[in-house]
Amino acid sequence: MPSLLSIDALLIAACAWLAVGLAGLAAPRQARFVAATLFPAGAFVGLAVGGVGLFALGGDPQTAVLAIGLPELPFHLRLDSLAAVFALLLGFASAGISLYAAGYFRHQDAGGVPGLLCLQYHLFLASMLMVLLADDAYAFMVAWETMALASFFLVTTDHKHGEIRRAGFLYLLIAHVGALAILLAFGVMTGGSGDYRFAALRAQELSPFWASMAFLLALLGFGAKAGLVPLHVWLPEAHPAAPSPVSALMSGVMLKTAIYGLLRVSFDLAGTPLWWWGVVALAFGLVTAFFGVLNATVQSDMKRLLAWSSIENIGLLAVGIGLALLFHAYRMETLAALALTAVLYHCLAHAGFKSLLFLATGSVLHATKERSLGRLGGLIRRMPWVAWLALVGVIAGAGLPPLSGFVSEWLLLQAFLFSPGLPHAWLNMVVPVAAAVVVLVAALAGFAMVKFHGIVFLGQMREPALQEAHDAGPWEKTGLVWLAFLTLLLGVLPGSLILRLDAATRQLLGAGLAERMSEQGWWMLAPISPERASYEPLVFLGIILLSVWLGRGLVKRLYHGRLRRSPAWDCGYHFQGPRAQDTAEGFSQPIRRIFEPVFRMERHFPSIRDREPYYAVKVEDHFWYWLYVPIARLAARISALVASLQGGRIAVYLMYSFLTLILLILVARP
Amino acid sequence: MSVAGILGQLFALVLALLLAPLLTGWVNQCRAWLQNRSAPPLWQPYYTLHKLFNKDVVLADGASSLFRVAPFVVFGAMALACAIVPSLSTDLPFAPAADALALVGVFGLARLFISLAAMDVGTAFGSLGGRREMLVGFLAEPALLMVIFTVAMIANSTSVAAIVATLAHRDFVIYPSLAFAGVAFTMVSLAENARVPVDNPATHLELTMIHEAMILEYSGRHLALIEWAASLKLYAYSCLGLAFFFPWGIAERDNLLALAAAVPLLILKLAIGGFLLALIETVNAKMRIFRAPEFLGTAFMLAVLGLLVRLLLETRV
Repeated sequence: MPSLLSIDALLIAACAWLAVGLAGLAAPRQARFVAATLFPAGAFVGLAVGGVGLFALGGDPQTAVLAIGLPELPFHLRLDSLAAVFALLLGFASAGISLYAAGYFRHQDAGGVPGLLCLQYHLFLASMLMVLLADDAYAFMVAWETMALASFFLVTTDHKHGEIRRAGFLYLLIAHVGALAILLAFGVMTGGSGDYRFAALRAQELSPFWASMAFLLALLGFGAKAGLVPLHVWLPEAHPAAPSPVSALMSGVMLKTAIYGLLRVSFDLAGTPLWWWGVVALAFGLVTAFFGVLNATVQSDMKRLLAWSSIENIGLLAVGIGLALLFHAYRMETLAALALTAVLYHCLAHAGFKSLLFLATGSVLHATKERSLGRLGGLIRRMPWVAWLALVGVIAGAGLPPLSGFVSEWLLLQAFLFSPGLPHAWLNMVVPVAAAVVVLVAALAGFAMVKFHGIVFLGQMREPALQEAHDAGPWEKTGLVWLAFLTLLLGVLPGSLILRLDAATRQLLGAGLAERMSEQGWWMLAPISPERASYEPLVFLGIILLSVWLGRGLVKRLYHGRLRRSPAWDCGYHFQGPRAQDTAEGFSQPIRRIFEPVFRMERHFPSIRDREPYYAVKVEDHFWYWLYVPIARLAARISALVASLQGGRIAVYLMYSFLTLILLILVARP
Repeated sequence: MSVAGILGQLFALVLALLLAPLLTGWVNQCRAWLQNRSAPPLWQPYYTLHKLFNKDVVLADGASSLFRVAPFVVFGAMALACAIVPSLSTDLPFAPAADALALVGVFGLARLFISLAAMDVGTAFGSLGGRREMLVGFLAEPALLMVIFTVAMIANSTSVAAIVATLAHRDFVIYPSLAFAGVAFTMVSLAENARVPVDNPATHLELTMIHEAMILEYSGRHLALIEWAASLKLYAYSCLGLAFFFPWGIAERDNLLALAAAVPLLILKLAIGGFLLALIETVNAKMRIFRAPEFLGTAFMLAVLGLLVRLLLETRV
């Protein structure tokens, strides 16, 4: 046993992050110092956190008590395998993002006061770590709220724009609705005992009704944070509004804390799950994934596109959780372990590739000051590093082999494929249809990703100013390379990591995939048995690389390698300006047409009488008008009623006081 | 993994690389006959490939590094696909590298690269082709996966070799689910291989083209590789269809005699399949692009139906 417990190491890391953040206050305006010294230090701490997480995975749970907070109510902390998986995610992803941020925040035009930004950023990281470590509801809520507030201030870094302020407030509002639901869920789970330690919640025997209430409240609360439909509306507003490293952190890491919370409550705290919890999670997940990916394909702003794609991925995670709950409720633990492994793996994969893509948009934004896809294009010629590294993220995001996104998708589909044997006949029918939707979502994700990469990096430059774009600086490149490396590693060597994830599934379900997998080679991924399904990404990658290399060599040897340049042919078509290419809207036109009812569209078509004909399309979210606008109207109407009390005349107010007094005397009479 | 197995695998791969252009040539020849045209020679695709490899690459001014890498990646992906699909024998040492789901991923990877390359030069036709290819892709891919789910459930495995081994060596039972899946698979193959009624491989200078629009800017060895990859894709799809729905005659073990018997049988089956493909292309008209979603949506529905039939009717027996 090492003399320094892992949990202590993580606490020291949290303190180190806080210290780095506070150091930023010492020199709040010195962007160079903050960027070049403090952010790399934060990245180093992140690496340490990731390393400790990896080390603690599979170890015995460790507990600690921090005597801060209210008297008689210290923080209880615990590090188990589930928390370790997410600490691993937080550490390694944030290391890459912080490295990138060291380059990104070097420039004064990043917005905000650098020192203050540094404090909020590191406070955000530390609070996420504390969310993972919390072992009582009180500590959890304190860390959760700190996380929400820190990220709110980060989102509104550029608070001079009204649009960004509005996005921030929307985020804060929904975050608090969610927090309220989480608090209620914890309250329900105590069963009135008043003991908020997780150990007590775990021991509490809840009736099915109250357990279900706790689950539904947790789904609502964590769903609001994760962006499950219909509580997703803040996400496409807030994630793009933040500076790119913060967007990366929110999409890549913060959303996963909500997944962590959902896993913690539904598998660990709320007792044995009922089968229909799984169906509810599955249904919400499917709607979220489908709605998210369709909206991702029609966006014209590159960061919004990625934010919607995050919603899609959260939906897929919820589908996996639903499937795992369903299997777990029927005691089909191997399949539950398969689905849960897919969830955990997808968390890691998404943290890698989505952070990578958001950071790539940061570099583009930095180099061009442009977010709209309609004014980008051709950047691979000016920014080859960013373009090629973004391609790694794009392939992973499209769920294609041999990168990380495919592994989790593959695991999830395997879980679907071996689902027959559920006791309900209609479940047996519904599950394959759900699988069909998942497959459709994955294919549409490919469309969105091709749109993103093709329009931003390929083609002709749509604006002359893009000629001045420059590639990312050394810090930014390092961060991008690190995340691309993680994406590749997760894609190519899934076996060894899945063996480690086994500890987490074993903790939650009592079953894992390890004993079946450990007999096979480390290069092979065969969760059930090699006869049933197997995937060897390394061989896969090897064959493709080999045939690329052989093909190149052989063609050169047998024929020649001559090459000359000339203007593009394009069927001899004469007008080849950048405006002849597809715009972002043009590229997604088939989707808008096929899935028309899903979008709320306002279109303006040119008519032959127009002097200056133009076409415009504005795509909006139905939920905003179906759900949020009516609620806002209702709130406005109620407050208007209340406002009518306020007449502005002192006599009326005095009468109110008098009436209140009389009422109180009547009521309070013994 | 035995030496004979590896030799058999390599033989199947080399056979695929050699036979694929011949299959394309055969389809073209049949189509010309059926349409009362005088047919090009059967070896025409080889002449074309040779000619293209000899020519200089004329690269568009705006083309980036991705444009130059893409043909090789596409070719590599298709070669891998041909290595995984059992054509002669189900004893494939490479088979565990990628199961049927990963096979769909291979096709997806090739599609992603070719679409991105199409958008790279930044011409009107290129981005149009890229967009349409992704449209056909996201419609066809789910249908293909549903077909694979159906056969995977019959065989209780997603390994292509294991599925084919199960299907080839079962007692003769008619699975209704396989009938649905077979129709769906045929429809998907037509779309994926840029055939009538979704695309027309013979068209140029038309607003309806998909595949040809994407590769307009390619020339020389790049174009040769893409053309070769396209015929490999047709070959892989044909072999996959034959293996799933007409698997009889595929060798089981590394038995040289069975392997030798499998070659002429495969060629016969491919010749019949190629003729039927030409027939389908002749009697159908090219659809408008926005009819393609209906066509592929039907394929998807049929595949899901096949899956449900499998689950509801066949598992009870």
